Amino acid sequence: MRRLLRTAGLLLAAVLLAAASGDGRVAPVYAPVTAGAPLTFPRDHGAHPAFRTEWWYVTGWVQGADGKPMGFQVTFFRTRPDVDQANPSAFAARQVLFAHAALADPAVGRLLHDQRVARAGFGLAEASETDGRVVIDDWSISRGGDDRWRTRAGGADFAMDLTFAPTQPPLLQGQAGFSRKGPAAGQASYYYSLPQMAVSGTVTRNGKARKVTGRAWLDREWSSTLLDPAAVGWDWAGINLPDGAALTAFQVRDAAGKPVWAGGSWRRADGRLTTLGPDDVTFQALRRWRSPRTRALYPVEQAITVRLPEGERTLTLKPLFDDQELDSRAGGGPVYWEGAVSDGAARGYLELTGYFEKLSL
Amino acid sequence: MTAGRSGRISLPAMIWLILGEWRTQPVRVATAAIAIAVGVALGFGVHLINASALTEFSRAIAAVNGDADLQVASVSPAGFDEALYPRLARIAGVAGASPVVQLTAALPGDSQGLTLIGLDIFRAAGVTPGLLGQPDPAPQGAAGGGSGFGDAGAVFDEMAVFLSPSLRQAIEGGPGGRAAGARGAVLSLSAAGRTVPVTVAGTLPGVAEGRRIAVMDIAAAQWRFGQLGRLQRVDLKLAAGADRDAVEAAIARILPPEAELVTRESQSRRSDSLSRAYRVNLNMLALMALLTGGFLVFSAQSLSVARRRSQFALLRVLGTRRDALLIQVLIEGAVVGAVGALMGLGLGVLLADTALRLLGGDLGGGYFGGGQPVLVFAPVAAVVFFGLGLLCAVGGSLLPAREASRAQPAVALKNAGDAVDPSARPAIAPALALLLAGGVCAFGPAIGGLPILGYAAMALLLAGGVTAMPWLARALLSPLQGVRFAAPSTELAVRRLWGAPSQAAVALCGIVASTSLMIAMAVMVSSFRGSVDDWLGQVLPDDLYMRFAEPSQADGLDPAGQARLAATPGVAAVTFTRSLPLRLSPETPSVALVAQPIRREDPGARLPMIGAPRPIPAGATPVWLSEPAAWIHRKRAGDWMTLPVSGGQRVFVAGLWRDYARQNGAVVLTSEDYSRLTGDPLRAEASIALKPGADIAAVTAGLKAALPPDLAARAQFARPGEIRAIALGLFDRSFAITYVLELVAILVGLAGVAATVSAQTLARTKEFGMLRHIGVRRRQIVAMLAQEGALLGAVGVAAGLTLGLVMSQVLIHVINPQSFHWTMETRLPWVVFVVVTAALISASAGAALLAGRRALSMDAVRAVREDW
Repeated sequence: MRRLLRTAGLLLAAVLLAAASGDGRVAPVYAPVTAGAPLTFPRDHGAHPAFRTEWWYVTGWVQGADGKPMGFQVTFFRTRPDVDQANPSAFAARQVLFAHAALADPAVGRLLHDQRVARAGFGLAEASETDGRVVIDDWSISRGGDDRWRTRAGGADFAMDLTFAPTQPPLLQGQAGFSRKGPAAGQASYYYSLPQMAVSGTVTRNGKARKVTGRAWLDREWSSTLLDPAAVGWDWAGINLPDGAALTAFQVRDAAGKPVWAGGSWRRADGRLTTLGPDDVTFQALRRWRSPRTRALYPVEQAITVRLPEGERTLTLKPLFDDQELDSRAGGGPVYWEGAVSDGAARGYLELTGYFEKLSL
Repeated sequence: MTAGRSGRISLPAMIWLILGEWRTQPVRVATAAIAIAVGVALGFGVHLINASALTEFSRAIAAVNGDADLQVASVSPAGFDEALYPRLARIAGVAGASPVVQLTAALPGDSQGLTLIGLDIFRAAGVTPGLLGQPDPAPQGAAGGGSGFGDAGAVFDEMAVFLSPSLRQAIEGGPGGRAAGARGAVLSLSAAGRTVPVTVAGTLPGVAEGRRIAVMDIAAAQWRFGQLGRLQRVDLKLAAGADRDAVEAAIARILPPEAELVTRESQSRRSDSLSRAYRVNLNMLALMALLTGGFLVFSAQSLSVARRRSQFALLRVLGTRRDALLIQVLIEGAVVGAVGALMGLGLGVLLADTALRLLGGDLGGGYFGGGQPVLVFAPVAAVVFFGLGLLCAVGGSLLPAREASRAQPAVALKNAGDAVDPSARPAIAPALALLLAGGVCAFGPAIGGLPILGYAAMALLLAGGVTAMPWLARALLSPLQGVRFAAPSTELAVRRLWGAPSQAAVALCGIVASTSLMIAMAVMVSSFRGSVDDWLGQVLPDDLYMRFAEPSQADGLDPAGQARLAATPGVAAVTFTRSLPLRLSPETPSVALVAQPIRREDPGARLPMIGAPRPIPAGATPVWLSEPAAWIHRKRAGDWMTLPVSGGQRVFVAGLWRDYARQNGAVVLTSEDYSRLTGDPLRAEASIALKPGADIAAVTAGLKAALPPDLAARAQFARPGEIRAIALGLFDRSFAITYVLELVAILVGLAGVAATVSAQTLARTKEFGMLRHIGVRRRQIVAMLAQEGALLGAVGVAAGLTLGLVMSQVLIHVINPQSFHWTMETRLPWVVFVVVTAALISASAGAALLAGRRALSMDAVRAVREDW
């Protein structure tokens, strides 16, 4: 064991030396995702800056007094770019934070969205390493002492100030939070979710704030190598069922549209969890919609079938409306479809990436 | 030709009258129109050039600044503490704050320099999107990019630079060819005394043509160019509906002395004040040229009216009313003015275009660096200058018009001679009043930083001088009255001029105006040049000078390098200097903060001091201000002032010194104080004293070898003689427009003299006939005319020279100090005086002679008969 450790130490030194060679540039060394590392809270609600990428991803359905449903998405990303680690400048982009927010109102028929991006530093943009708290200028997501999360985001067209109260304990995906994303050993992430969160707060449109309530889903994920080289994108869905159960399903696709990997979970209202492997999840496109802006063709209506011990279960997801495409290229992000979907009273979000061009992480 | 019942002259008749008059006097009318045209052309041209230059200048600023609503900028290249950035970003009403490192940089073998900007692209995207780079497409076969959540690609290739289109073109057109500017090419960029290899990544599509800008990552710029912890700028975007004044006030509360709030207004005020004095002075000179044109119109119209006395009398007899005649003459003047002014506008555009192409936007004055301005047409200014031209012509016609309308028809029909009674003494009182008013104005202060009263003094002196001409002509000729001349022709000439001084004055006022202006300018320029020449001798005492190629701010020699230079064989002593632009207030241009190896007790050893230096209080940091710096910032020796460096430093003004190099002023610190206050140990200039007998070429080679290779390539060596030649060359270039103006003034003056004299001579046909009747020979009349002309010219020269000398003193002691803030000693350009004297006298004599010949070709008997 000691010998092994020493070897590992030597390897690490060699990696550092290699990174520092050439013109003296010191490249970042990204932490690997390994199985068996237990997640601890509230520490793991906070940022993990040693990893390449990380997100706080809230999606949900809300409705105001009129009872008409709207979808919303607020996402904070953290990324660790490949910059010279030796640069002592306070502006050195060791960590970059960015965020997207989108409001899916059927009355509008397309997403209202906005974004923020900044390199971490100067107290203007930061991600706490002790608890869930990410701030980019006037946008933020943070967990309070009462375990409730609050996010504030918005732009010229809309603003959201929403509070999420967990109704269930965290759902650890994969093997106790170690979630494989591809056939190779390193292709994995740390992944947990907070489904069935009770939403309350305000959505402001045209200068008018409206009180809303609803259900939301928080996804937390961090990794250094997520995708297989053959992968071009993924489909993901997180659905809150009316009885308190939660479905997570994802598949990583190659250029031909074939799944490279798939997975997910099914947690029943009583807390019993079934983790789904590559053979347990299938996505079937029922209807496609072509974006008039990017010409990308998205399978916006999908049947997701999961194999559970008690038998197969299929949810037929229909979008709240078709045009929920989000073009975040202006902020250095991708073009993807992130939409409110439902199957009856089962409501959640479907994410479709890599349909415009290959997604890289 | 009929006078209508109304007593007015009908339009066709008017046109007929005017054309008839012009057909007989084409040269004089043309001269007057040309004089107006020249005045309008100069004024309009100067205005256009300056408007174009300012537009160009503000475009250049806008290009470097992107489109920020507000900007906090450092007052010197040393920058300010980056901790200011988050404080600015948090101010209510600020929607975005983009921190910027901004350095003057250079590429090898490039003397134009460029602006290196270090940006946080995430922040710049919301504030100054025009400064964002666009990566070049990856070459075929390279790994595909794709997009992702948080993959920022070339953005974080720290050594990547994005080049403005013009800079990229310049690099591709350089010795390295297209490959030197291609994606992935490595450039050796020098800034803040460091040279760093950077990689071309793409273009800055939002930066306008003609700008030389390179953008890289802010963190890399801070690290690689020694700017850690420092920023030169923070660009701000206001939130929609934010109260701008409140935001500005909030910013002002937290600004350290090293930074200032820059708005578009303060920036344009500053760029305006850069060249304001220069521009206003040129415009004033143009107005003077216009005034000369007005006098020429006056000459032409007076003569024309005098010649047409009988014609006008006839018109009166036929029933034309007085005011109709007045209007007729005024319209004639207005038509001349309009034609002249129109020609002037066209000429002005041509002049501006040529000058912009040949000399640049500052006419060689060196106020605006950078790109080539594009001519901007100014319709309002065109109307104004057209109006001024018209006004001058109408104004010049006013007196002659009144004279024409006052003529008694009966007398005028008979008598066509000089209507002035020779025994009447010309009045001097109005002239004296004008001259006195001019004298009073000359002692007035600057108004709004401009020598408005000084110019008023010049205009009044000019008007006074011209008004004094009849009296002066008689006074100057009086001594000759008692003299008996051997030749009757001389006798006749003197008597005639003495007896008809107002006619002489009419002929002279144009010459006097143009000559005096010309002489005043010539004296001023020669005084200035002489003073600059002397000053160069004082400030260049050593044997050899070294500096780095422009932009000199990009380079510097550290103390070790300085020691190596000092140890070079053959070098007796080296003194190192450095200068840094520093803004003392938001609305004035930067002064130069200069490090000079001065001993506190003996500043005169290195600076041409004005007055005795003040004793320096114990513990005080002394500064020595150049004359313009003291003027602009209202400081005198013995005052205290605050320098916005190191959090604000109180310094003692220990003395003033003469400096013609930096119009916006220079503040000299001892070398130690400079390093202590700015933290800048680099030096960019060296003056080198050689050991006796040392070979200057060998020492130069030795010094080059002692420099680090990248600096050696940019080092320039010059001997004092060479620098002096360059400096005087620059001086002459910046005064090129003045020289042109002088030449034009004298040519117009000469043409005016020739036209007037010949017209007057032709009008005297009857007089010549009379003389021929009483036995004067043709040859004698010609001689009389030549002498008359010469005398006239001499009187004009005497008056013009005197007036010119007086006006030159106003230029030297009032206008120059008030507008450029430097003083000089009068030096007289004797050669110019001699040439002008000779040219004017021979021109008027020659013109009289030629016209006399023509007048005499008519039969004398017929000439006399026609009269009666």
